[in-house]
Amino acid sequence: MAFDNAYESLTEEHGEETRWAYGTGFADTMAGVAHALPAGADPADLFAYCLMLGDDALVLAQRLAEWCSRAPELEEDVALANIGLDLLGQARPLYTRAGEVYPAGRPAGVPRHVPDEDALAYFRDEHAFRNVRLVEIDCGPGPGGDFAATIARLLVFSSWRLALLSRLTSSTDPVLAAVAAKGVKELAYHRDHAAQWTLRLGDGTEESHRRMVAGLATVWPLLDELFIAHPVELRLAETGVAADPSALESEVDEVLDQVLARAGLDRPEVRPLAPVGGRAGRDGVHTEAMGYLLAEMQYLARSQPEAVW
Amino acid sequence: MSWPLWEVFVRGKRGLNHVHVGSLHAPDAELALRHARDVYTRRNEGVSIWVVPAGAITASSPDEKDPFFAPSGDKVYRHPTFYVIPDDVPHL
Repeated sequence: MAFDNAYESLTEEHGEETRWAYGTGFADTMAGVAHALPAGADPADLFAYCLMLGDDALVLAQRLAEWCSRAPELEEDVALANIGLDLLGQARPLYTRAGEVYPAGRPAGVPRHVPDEDALAYFRDEHAFRNVRLVEIDCGPGPGGDFAATIARLLVFSSWRLALLSRLTSSTDPVLAAVAAKGVKELAYHRDHAAQWTLRLGDGTEESHRRMVAGLATVWPLLDELFIAHPVELRLAETGVAADPSALESEVDEVLDQVLARAGLDRPEVRPLAPVGGRAGRDGVHTEAMGYLLAEMQYLARSQPEAVW
Repeated sequence: MSWPLWEVFVRGKRGLNHVHVGSLHAPDAELALRHARDVYTRRNEGVSIWVVPAGAITASSPDEKDPFFAPSGDKVYRHPTFYVIPDDVPHL
């Protein structure tokens, strides 16, 4: 009968096996996407660019996964896990694309049966990772932060990545355009979720306001780096593959100012975290948090490189 | 401090009506909607979600089940069963 189970009347195809949560009939957004190399793009540059975008997503997904079972409420636990899974889902096709356009970039010595996406995630050292430093620092649940710091980082990151992916939906690289088209919907949700919590914490109790101020101060020094264009990005922007991050700043600022103003929060006055000898995350120069993060993430794959999972 | 309880109703992409799918805790209606989307719909586009504070729902009492529902059982004239439904009428 139709209403013996609440979900029976909700599933797209009646007669399909009953799902435990509503939401069937998903289409594979990567199906049918062309894989030609865009004209004028250097494969090594496209490889590096896919790593930049993929590493940002993978490393933040790893950070968000640390919240599993430790969020303030059960529902928020699910929300943070969901956001992490979205980001991991963005990283995977980017790594696969990187391996496809530039096989020489695959880490040496990784068994042949390991797919490119796993080889790139699990068998690169810290200095081969090209993520911005914002995503790697500890914003909680470790000693480096708390829920407010995690929300502050998510607000900054998702505002920036949404602006970036919006431009990449018209990338001349078909895979990047497809990943971006899927990603903008996800990032719009991430930004909304972070903004909702920024309002509640900033405009909540005295204690939550204090923590939100501290959280913003934790992540703000890493804001500038998001808008510094790497030579790879500039070269690829000329061929229509990439977006120049320096063009995103005013758009991101406007969003952040709007949210902070409504939450009764000020833009922190902190000095930017300087690059090291002119080099930062995009060049593989990271904070001290990065090595520990990778050691934990890569431990099993590296100790059992022949394993299949 | 615990968040209040909300009841969640979802209408599918091609569904006709909202169906009660469960409940959750959230600090307010806006976040209840977002959590309901995460927990119950997996963000499949085109669905509609209603959230209602559980306290706003008045339910019929199980103890009064008989006086409430039984009297209609033997009054066949109350049920529209004395005519033939044409085959091409959907959703009945």
